[in-house]
Amino acid sequence: MGDQVSRLRTVSESSGFSRKRLVFGLKVAVFIVSLWPVTEIVIAFLTGNTRLFGANPAEKILHRTGDWAIYFLLITLAISPLRRITGLNDLIKFRRMAGLFAFFYAFLHLMSYIAFDRFFYFDEILQDIFKRPFIFVGIAAFILLIPLAVTSTRGWVQRLGGHRWILLHRSVYIIAILGVAHYWWLVKRDLLWPAIYAGILIVLLGYRLLPKKRFRG
Amino acid sequence: MPRLISKPIPSSEITPREVYLNRRALLAAAAGGSALAMMGKAAFASGLRRPLEAIPNTAPKISDAPTDHDLATSYNNFYEFGTSKSDPARNADALTTKPWTIEIVGEVIKPRTIDVEELINMGLEERIYRFRCVEAWSMVIPWIGLEFNKIAALVEPTSRAKYVKFVTVNRPSEMPGLRSDMLDWPYTEGLRIDEAMHPLTLLTVGMYGQTLANQNGAPVRMIVPWKYGFKSGKSIVRIEFVEKQPVTAWVAANSREYGFYSNVNPDVDHPRWTQKRERLLPDFFASRDTEKFNGYGEQVASLYSGMDLKVNY
Repeated sequence: MGDQVSRLRTVSESSGFSRKRLVFGLKVAVFIVSLWPVTEIVIAFLTGNTRLFGANPAEKILHRTGDWAIYFLLITLAISPLRRITGLNDLIKFRRMAGLFAFFYAFLHLMSYIAFDRFFYFDEILQDIFKRPFIFVGIAAFILLIPLAVTSTRGWVQRLGGHRWILLHRSVYIIAILGVAHYWWLVKRDLLWPAIYAGILIVLLGYRLLPKKRFRG
Repeated sequence: MPRLISKPIPSSEITPREVYLNRRALLAAAAGGSALAMMGKAAFASGLRRPLEAIPNTAPKISDAPTDHDLATSYNNFYEFGTSKSDPARNADALTTKPWTIEIVGEVIKPRTIDVEELINMGLEERIYRFRCVEAWSMVIPWIGLEFNKIAALVEPTSRAKYVKFVTVNRPSEMPGLRSDMLDWPYTEGLRIDEAMHPLTLLTVGMYGQTLANQNGAPVRMIVPWKYGFKSGKSIVRIEFVEKQPVTAWVAANSREYGFYSNVNPDVDHPRWTQKRERLLPDFFASRDTEKFNGYGEQVASLYSGMDLKVNY
């Protein structure tokens, strides 16, 4: 067993190519798994099995896409601390994908609200935005995500320059706070889950305030 | 006070019971199907339910077909069993509903305790009502019950009885949600006396041809079809005729968002969402226009003449 591990380590250390392939394979796997929440919805649609989503499928989709947007935001924020703790530098290679999935699910979440809940009455959506804080912060979080999604490519890192790029992408801290606030304000009574997300977010953001040793990000 | 036209309809117009009851769920329960475990459990609970005799009363008539039985028994707000919509169907089996008595007290000449079986023997009606939740979803449900005013007649309210308070059972050993302080338990609801005495107001013991499912408020609950669903208390053990407007559970929890009257009203938004439209489950789009008084304005609007419903929400 120990022998195997050491052999694996030798292989991965000696051969950059296979390490790259391993990361690539993992990325594909993570990508597919990350798509599952929406794939399941599509399959249910295509097979006419909306029962899978219970009595209120539209609400389920709205909640599920919202949940996954928050999950991916928290995952994105967890990558740097995890990388620092475990020393697994390759984790950084998953951060862009996690961030883009946060954007993807936030987009689906917003679209579900516009279509299923407000039935494309844009005048009412406008009213919602200005009358209801939880809608306002939700939309604000989404709008702030757009530039991050657009500038997520390597080309944009070069165009902006690393320092400015990092500054811009620090707005994800604000986005995550807005996302959790959005959830906190919308629940009717049971604050358990919003509180759990808020707790995780506090830990993740708090970690960034800890003194750093030759570590950036 | 407006009266309902109460005339039996031809049997050809009555929806057959098989349409209400979903056989798949029963079969799945019989086969112990795991994919439908939750539905199966609901079906098992409904196995404890029994058919009820009731005279159909179709006034006021409703154009929509009743919501699927399994939907109405698997998507419930009943916080005593948990705050998620699927919690009640999962947890409500534990509630012992037999024997069950309701204590009727307060400003009445003849206070008494009445057994649910006595209520059932008083003669029941089936009424197909729209059911509109404050969360902007709705269903159409064939309830079975009797006009609340018939119960009131038994105890003879005095002139000091201005309001009626409905108290839900408080049994932590059988209701896991009571362990949290989500609301002030026991769940308390209330109506103004004229609202309670209105012929649309139903003391309800059944649905879909059978006794109530536990998750829907067995063995006895209120149904006030022109108000948001939470006004219709479930699993009632105590009815109190009182002089002062009772402090109801949701008003105590958040009086800015939930008023005492809580009449269905598309012109008065919930502070956090619009009430203009609703989603008639299991529709995808919340595209249905919500009607004032949930479409029962003809019958009940006069109860509120001269009142500003934006103030008395």
